[in-house]
Amino acid sequence: MLTMPLPKTATKVKVSINNLKFFYGSSIALKGINLELNEREVTAFIGPSGCGKSTLLRVLNRMYDLYPNQRAEGEVLLDGENILSPKQDLNLLRSRIGMVFQKPTPFPMSIYDNIAFGIKLYEKISKSEMDGRVEAALKRGALWNEVKDKLSDNGLSLSGGQQQRLCIARTVAIKPEVILFDEPCSALDPVSTAKVEETIDELRTDYTIAIVTHNMQQAARVSQKTAFMYLGELMEFDDTQKIFTSPSNKRTQDYITGRFG
Amino acid sequence: MPAQHTVSAFDTELKDLSQSIAEMGGLVEKMLGDSADALQRRDTVLARNVIERDARIDAIQREIEEKAIMVIARRQPMAVDLREIIGAIRTASDLERIGDLAKNIAKRTLAIDTAVTLPKVVTGIVHMSQLVLAQLKTVLDSYVSRNAERAVAVWNRDGEIDAIYTSLFRELLTYMMEDPRNIGFSTHLLFTAKNFERVGDHATNIAETVYFMATGSTLPSDRPKGGSVTEISSLTSVL
Repeated sequence: MLTMPLPKTATKVKVSINNLKFFYGSSIALKGINLELNEREVTAFIGPSGCGKSTLLRVLNRMYDLYPNQRAEGEVLLDGENILSPKQDLNLLRSRIGMVFQKPTPFPMSIYDNIAFGIKLYEKISKSEMDGRVEAALKRGALWNEVKDKLSDNGLSLSGGQQQRLCIARTVAIKPEVILFDEPCSALDPVSTAKVEETIDELRTDYTIAIVTHNMQQAARVSQKTAFMYLGELMEFDDTQKIFTSPSNKRTQDYITGRFG
Repeated sequence: MPAQHTVSAFDTELKDLSQSIAEMGGLVEKMLGDSADALQRRDTVLARNVIERDARIDAIQREIEEKAIMVIARRQPMAVDLREIIGAIRTASDLERIGDLAKNIAKRTLAIDTAVTLPKVVTGIVHMSQLVLAQLKTVLDSYVSRNAERAVAVWNRDGEIDAIYTSLFRELLTYMMEDPRNIGFSTHLLFTAKNFERVGDHATNIAETVYFMATGSTLPSDRPKGGSVTEISSLTSVL
């Protein structure tokens, strides 16, 4: 069953990508992408390996700044402000746009501190307030019931699926506006995958979400909009329901039905 | 058909499903034609034979459903493949109903007293059956070739069959009023005509399915009408 988009009245553009080009040294990875992410919607990015979907996600919180010889051209507007501008405060940006990666990356510290660490970077709050924030974040990450009695255990002692939900909780804890998921379930078993998907579906009531996934069914299940990318270009962008029942582009169809492209 | 799947077994499964539909379509077409011939010639042997053949149709429908469910479970089909499988399930169910209707027509043929000489109206029913058969044949061809245009042609033409049915209805009603002894066979013939008309409706259902399979969109809910139900009911109230 495909999830239905929220009522039209609720949609507002959160992120607007205009003619975005991206280069790894001299090779071009994104060839002029135009796309909008709506508030309170999940947008899925699909496409074969090397199509640029992860690159696009890395541009959205300027992860590429950490590496030399990588640069972006064009505009990415977050609430109308260009985040590619050199004047952009990167720490502030990354607190507004959180990211969850393919492999769970908990810090080697207690479950409690995994969540509190990020909050402390941005806010000074009392112990009792912090307890409340940690609990709320773990609840949003659908992990609270499993860890509430062992908050001082090391985050690495959790199972893979739990670690991933801990990372989601850690991202949510700093109250971002946009959450990016880069193949969040590819290393998880089906039960953990279902829990993460359930979490994403709940998060969309408050956040703007972008998810890169290789799992077509997952894109169909969790997203309202789907973007199909191929060789650095956006081939098709439409309602998820449309993409998975009758896509307009032949390449999209070949890809999602598992045919030779 | 688009390009091949990376997993070739998936192609084989879809092809197999499609072939089963084609086979079932052929059998149902033959059954329906024979039921009309049996009526025209008052051939009780042929009529019985049609009745027996229905069991095979039911069995094929079950096979198709089982195969379709397996493919869905195994391959999680998307887009054109998903429509293909849903189309096969729907078409099989329409064909199964047409098989039932053909069987029913054959039963009516057996039920009509052999001593009675049937009036000319039978020719009208046979003529109607030929139109219906032509519709069924075209829609099955459109299924095999996934041809949306031909499917739409079938969908548009059903009005003609409805109009003939309305006129046959009127004619049979007149017979019954003329002489109560005509009521027996007239009722059987009326049901026979109705059954052919219903086959026409199933042919348009299949046309809608083919259109959906080929294009991904659905035909509008209101299709051109010939003789309408309201026309028939106003007719009965006048009489």
